Formats: sequence, structure tokens, C-alpha cells
Amino acid sequence: MAKMTKEEVIEVAHLARLAITDEEAVHFADQLEAITNAMELLNELDTENVEPTTHVLQMVNVLREDKSVPGLDRELVLKNVKEHEAGQVKVPTILE
Amino acid sequence: MNLVDKTAAELQDLIHKKEVSIAEITKQAFDRIEKLDPKVDAFLAMNKEQATKQAEEMDKTPLAERGPLFGLPIGVKDNIVTEGIETTASSRILQGFNPIYNATVVEKLKAAGMITVGKLNMDEFAMGSSNENSYYKNTKNPWNLETVPGGSSGGSAAAVAAGEVPFTLGSDTGGSIRQPAAFCGVVGMKPTYGRVSRFGLIAYASSLDQIGPITRTVKDNALLLEAISGHDERDSTSANIEVPNFAAALTGDIKGLRIGVPTEYFAEGVGEAAKQAVREALAVLEEKGATWEEISLPHSKYALATYYLLASSEASSNLSRFDGIRYGYRTEKAGNLLEFYMNTRSEGFGDEVKRRIMLGTYALSSGYYDAYYKKAQKVRTLIKKDFDDAFEKFDVIIGPTTPTPAFKIGEKIDDPLTMYANDILTIPVNLAGVPAISIPCGFENGLPLGLQIIGKYFDEETIYRVADVFEKATDFHKQTPQIWEGAAQ
Repeated sequence: MAKMTKEEVIEVAHLARLAITDEEAVHFADQLEAITNAMELLNELDTENVEPTTHVLQMVNVLREDKSVPGLDRELVLKNVKEHEAGQVKVPTILE
Repeated sequence: MNLVDKTAAELQDLIHKKEVSIAEITKQAFDRIEKLDPKVDAFLAMNKEQATKQAEEMDKTPLAERGPLFGLPIGVKDNIVTEGIETTASSRILQGFNPIYNATVVEKLKAAGMITVGKLNMDEFAMGSSNENSYYKNTKNPWNLETVPGGSSGGSAAAVAAGEVPFTLGSDTGGSIRQPAAFCGVVGMKPTYGRVSRFGLIAYASSLDQIGPITRTVKDNALLLEAISGHDERDSTSANIEVPNFAAALTGDIKGLRIGVPTEYFAEGVGEAAKQAVREALAVLEEKGATWEEISLPHSKYALATYYLLASSEASSNLSRFDGIRYGYRTEKAGNLLEFYMNTRSEGFGDEVKRRIMLGTYALSSGYYDAYYKKAQKVRTLIKKDFDDAFEKFDVIIGPTTPTPAFKIGEKIDDPLTMYANDILTIPVNLAGVPAISIPCGFENGLPLGLQIIGKYFDEETIYRVADVFEKATDFHKQTPQIWEGAAQ
């Protein structure tokens, strides 16, 4: 049985770009441990020679014709942006 | 005139006889929503002004140019983007998001002449089985306002059950159309994966998600599925296959139909009332000329674990796009970009979404990928094979949609695993990618029960034929919740 520690949860949360408090980490650790333990059921099955399924339909790569089409209008693109200036999206400092 | 119990064909008949106009039908839908929705809480953003204007315009269209759904009102689940109508997927992180384009299905509704009246509440990002994971409100089950409508398309099923609109669209990743349809006593179809374009559906688990119709009758469901189906070059997983006239498949003839009934769908945890309702349904179908026998889908018990690993993994990747930069919620508290991302996402997502993102991130992380993600993909192959084998001998597979009818609001919300177990009978279908419908087949303590009919890939026609025969032989679909009384115009 996998044990999920508070530290592991904080690490996973960081990878997923989620800020969580220590208290939340403890709570999620218990729940995620219960969930991953339930998932261990799959280990009963021998899948050594089974191919993985990523997609249920028999499809090959779907490509479109290589021709240019106009992009979206800039005003439309900025419609849902909270802060923008001179047609550009504003974000907090990237380099300090 | 009371329009609320009318089918599409009956409404068209009234319109053609000039007994009612499209404008009047639209107004009645909004009146009823205004009267009932304060109790049911199915709708989020409304489109009243635009819809009213559109209805008046449409009344001028010559009768000969109108199709079977022309001028009829529809509600759309809030994870399907609608140009100019706020679309949130019931998440805080998309509060105020105003899409600049329509999903392909919304374009298709427009082409069919349907009028979008508003957006429907759901579990946040379609993650949940009770609608309690919405950031905005809890939708109630019209049959009993203390119980959940199911989820994640709970608003879509409740709106139809309450008679607010005759048509809605939902989406189904692990049962999110069929389970709420069962809980609310309406008809809900999850089409074959690839049948309906996912372009403009806010992605949860891309290899499982599928949009489908929720209605009060099988025929209306077939009409709506035909309207939204078809190949779309903007969805690379959309199947390039002809769209049948689904309503024409309702011949009433099921003589010689072979039904498989999986023993695993009658296992421990499935309530006696649900089992009994299915047995009685099988007797009805037998009388109409079908035969049935017990079969085994041996890997059913592994479906739940397989689903949560795969769906969460895909979700952790899909939901990485919500960063607060180009649209949606933005944190106020951030000194640098990393803090900006982390705070925006923590403040914007609810607990269940965070749980699944973390589970998925964990399952995909180095050291665990083979043990969890890849293992689940392999088991998915075995589950799919169960169905392939069964469909060599049988035309449809029938069982209950859910183990029990709707449960009380608040009853399961603190225990994720118990909540997940609600979907054990619907999840295998998504993993295999086959189509399945839920139709009303009985009641337990005044709450509806659903019959699940599963079909072969791209054979929604047979499902509809069987469902229609059952519907015509029974009157479960004609029963209405008490909330209807006194609400009719």
C-alpha cells in the first residue's frame, strides 16, 4: 500500500502549479492515499502482453491541407484579457 | 396553451396550424424558467434578449424552409462555449469569460434553427456526480428538491425534468449525461466517441468526453442527435462517418433482437429496486420479440480505477491552460509570475478539481507513469475487449444506469470514493467508446430509475429503436414531478 505523505502532496501540487497550505496538504494526502490505494486493484491483472489503448477508434494522423488562413482579430483576442496595453497582455514580472 | 408536455413534432404541428408562434414558445420557456428555476437552480447565464429577438425573426421564415427542430428552445451545458454568452464550466476560474466563438455543436443548433435560451449548471469542469461541485449553485432534483440531480450534467437533466426546456445538451465523460438523466427521469444519450465534434467543449478528459442530447422522449433525442452529429475538421478525433436519420430507425420492430445482460451489473452494491426495474424492462422487450441472456463483462470491476487514473491524467494536462493570463479569473496576490500562476489556480479551482489535477499529475510523474497511467491504459484495452466480444453475439447490452436513485444533497460530498462509486455502471462505456442511452424505467420512493441500453460502435440507431419500443410500451416518461403542478401556464 502506497503511503502518501504531506511532503509528496506539496511536491505534486507544486508541479501542478497549485498553492496549497500545510493544512490542505494533510487533508489531500489522506484522500489521495485512499484513492491511489483503491487504484492498486489494477495490479491483480497481468497486463504484460496487453497493448495500451490511447484512443478507441482506428484512426491515423489527421492532417489538414497546408494552407494559410487569417488568424483572429486582435481586438477579439484581447476581449477577455483582464489587463492589456498597446495590444499586448500584461503579466507580473518574469525576470527579477 | 400549455406547451410544456409537447414533443417536437407536436410543437411543429401547432406552429404549422398557427395555433402558436415561435415567439410564444420562447416566451413560455422563459416564463417557466423564471417561475421554477429559483427552486431548481438549473440555469446560469440567460440569453433572453437575444433569444426573444431571434424568435420574432424566425416566425417570418416560410414553413417549407423549416426543419423538425426549427424555432424550439434549448439549454446548453456550461462547458460548451457560446459566443457572447458567459461560459464558466461552473468554475470560478472562468467567471466572466465571454467566448469569442461558438462550439461546433452550437453552430449546428443554429443551423437547425434552435434557440439557445441559456447555460446550464454542472459540476466544475464536469468533475462530479451530484452538481455539488459547482462554484455557483447546487442544482436540485425536480422530483425531490432535497436530492441531487446527478452530475455532471445535472443542470441539463433537471431543466428538462422540470419542463423548463424540452431539449438540452450535456457532456458525458464517465456517465455525466446518463447518470443525471436516470436521476431526473429523462432520456440522455452518450453517442459513440467521435460521433459529435468536441470543438468548443471545454476539455476534461479528451479521450473520453462526448457531447450528447437530453430530452423527454426517445424520438426528440434522436432528432437532436442527428442535428449535432457529423465530421468536423476542427476536431481531429471526430469520425468521418455518415450521419444516419436516427428518427427513421424507430420502426417499432425488435423481433429477433439479441440482448446481453451482464451479471456484473447486478452485483453487490446495486440496489434491489434498480435490478427489479431492469428485469421488468427485459420482460417488456421479450414480449416485443427480443431474447436475452446473461453474459459476463469480466473486467467491469476494474473500470472505476482505470477511469480515475486516465481521466485525472488527461485533466491535469488539459487544465494546465487555465493560468489567468488571457482569460478568466486573475489573482490579486502575486509578486512574480510563478506566484501569479499558483495563486490564480488555487483561488480559481474547487477542491474536487484540485484533487483530480493532483492525482493526474502524480500518475503521470516520473517513477509512477508505468505503474499507474500506462497500467490503466492497458486495462482499458481489456475493458474494450469485453465489449467487442459481447457484441459479436448480441445487438445491445442492457442493465441499470445507476446502482441507486438520486441521493440527498450533502450525503456523499465528503467522501470522494463513495461519490465515484456512483458511476460504476456508466464508466465502462466511456472507456470502450461505445454509445449508450439512459431512459426512465421505474421509481423507488418517488425517485426515477434509469435503464441503460449500450450499443455497438456507431449503432445509435439500434439503441434508439429498442428505447422507443420500451417507451411506447410503458408510461414512465409521461409521469411528471410534483413541481409541475401549478407551474403550467
